[in-house]
Amino acid sequence: MESVFGLVGKDFAIVAADTSAVHSILVHKTNEDKIMILDSHKLMGASGETGDRAQFTEYIQKNVALYQFRNGIPLTTAAAANFTRGELATALRKNPYMVNIILAGYDKETGPSLYYIDYIASLHKLDKAAFGYGSYFALSMMDRHYRRDMTVEEAIELVDKCILEIRSRLVIAPPNFVIKIVDKDGAREYAWRESIKDAPVAAA
Amino acid sequence: MSRRYDSRTTIFSPEGRLYQVEYAMEAIGNAGSAIGILATDGVVLIGEKKVISKLLETSTSVEKMYKIEDHVACAVAGIMSDANILINAARLQAQRYAYAYQEPMPVEQLVQSLSDTKQGYTQFGGLRPFGVSFLFAGWDKNFGFQLYMSDPSGNYGGWKAAAIGANNQAAQSILKQDYKDDITREEAVQLAIKVLSKTMDSTSLNSEKLELAEIYLSSGKVKFQICPPDKLNKLLVNAGLTPPSADA
Repeated sequence: MESVFGLVGKDFAIVAADTSAVHSILVHKTNEDKIMILDSHKLMGASGETGDRAQFTEYIQKNVALYQFRNGIPLTTAAAANFTRGELATALRKNPYMVNIILAGYDKETGPSLYYIDYIASLHKLDKAAFGYGSYFALSMMDRHYRRDMTVEEAIELVDKCILEIRSRLVIAPPNFVIKIVDKDGAREYAWRESIKDAPVAAA
Repeated sequence: MSRRYDSRTTIFSPEGRLYQVEYAMEAIGNAGSAIGILATDGVVLIGEKKVISKLLETSTSVEKMYKIEDHVACAVAGIMSDANILINAARLQAQRYAYAYQEPMPVEQLVQSLSDTKQGYTQFGGLRPFGVSFLFAGWDKNFGFQLYMSDPSGNYGGWKAAAIGANNQAAQSILKQDYKDDITREEAVQLAIKVLSKTMDSTSLNSEKLELAEIYLSSGKVKFQICPPDKLNKLLVNAGLTPPSADA
């Protein structure tokens, strides 16, 4: 089962997600990136039905880009979150997207922010959030150790604590994770946490 | 004259003109004028009322100024019934945006959206263009106070000062001379009154013939205030445009 979680720090926000792509009992790949970079200062970590996840996050990413092209200014994180929620809500009673989303962003005027958007279009602005079976462990660890205005180092320490719990306590635990960060300098990949690396393949 | 080409709204004339659009602008040229002036601390809109009657229910009837959203208002020149349709469309577009994004719609995007609506009537459907020009005044966090003018062709522009309706060219040239970039809201009100008094056909001015509105910030909120008649009268008296009444 997929895990996505995130938290807000002093002037940044972090989103972490597992990187397993699973179909029934088969692991397709162990390096699937589930955290989409929406624009220069927004991250969208998503979990759920694989096809829906890719489709919906790309749809949101392209709409965010279109807004900026049309209007010359980027969407705020709050506006992007509300737009995303609206799209989920509109589809909900006809053809729902089975995707859970953690949207993190940095706005110059308001700083870092994090939004929890579940597949039935709930929207919550939060300091910390998590989805999936891993959320039982991630939320407990964050509830215990999270403080407001943490530094990047302190936040990564907490993220690693969460990953450790998920790895050790979840029966089918995802082996690898990706961590992305967004701050005033933009959204970017921060690190990978890999416990299983694919063996190097010999060339022909 | 290519009269053959002007009954169909959505085709060009051989000279490359859209006659129906031009005729719409003619109609506006006969309507009551409106002037907008962008100041450092707000936007001023002033309009000339054409329907003047003692029998008008003034508390409920507004002729020139309309609020589109909390942060955007407009002044109108042209066919009032056409204007009502477009004002409603603008209000809808603003609320749709706020519903989707939970944020106020940026002013230019609202003007652009309405202008796109107007443009549609110059290209398809076989319907005539709207006989209305607008002056949009508003505030948003991206560009602060803004003033836009839009016409029946669907063209729009951002202005520091603009005039629509009767004698707009004369008004525009006076504005070009007297406008300065650092004008305050108070000075803009006086300038607006002065320009309108010079371009209006009426021999005397009183508060019944005018509508004045200001857009400004108060405690972080955008305020749209239509000037009450007694305050407007005082402004006119101070500007020397109306003789003070006997019982002042």
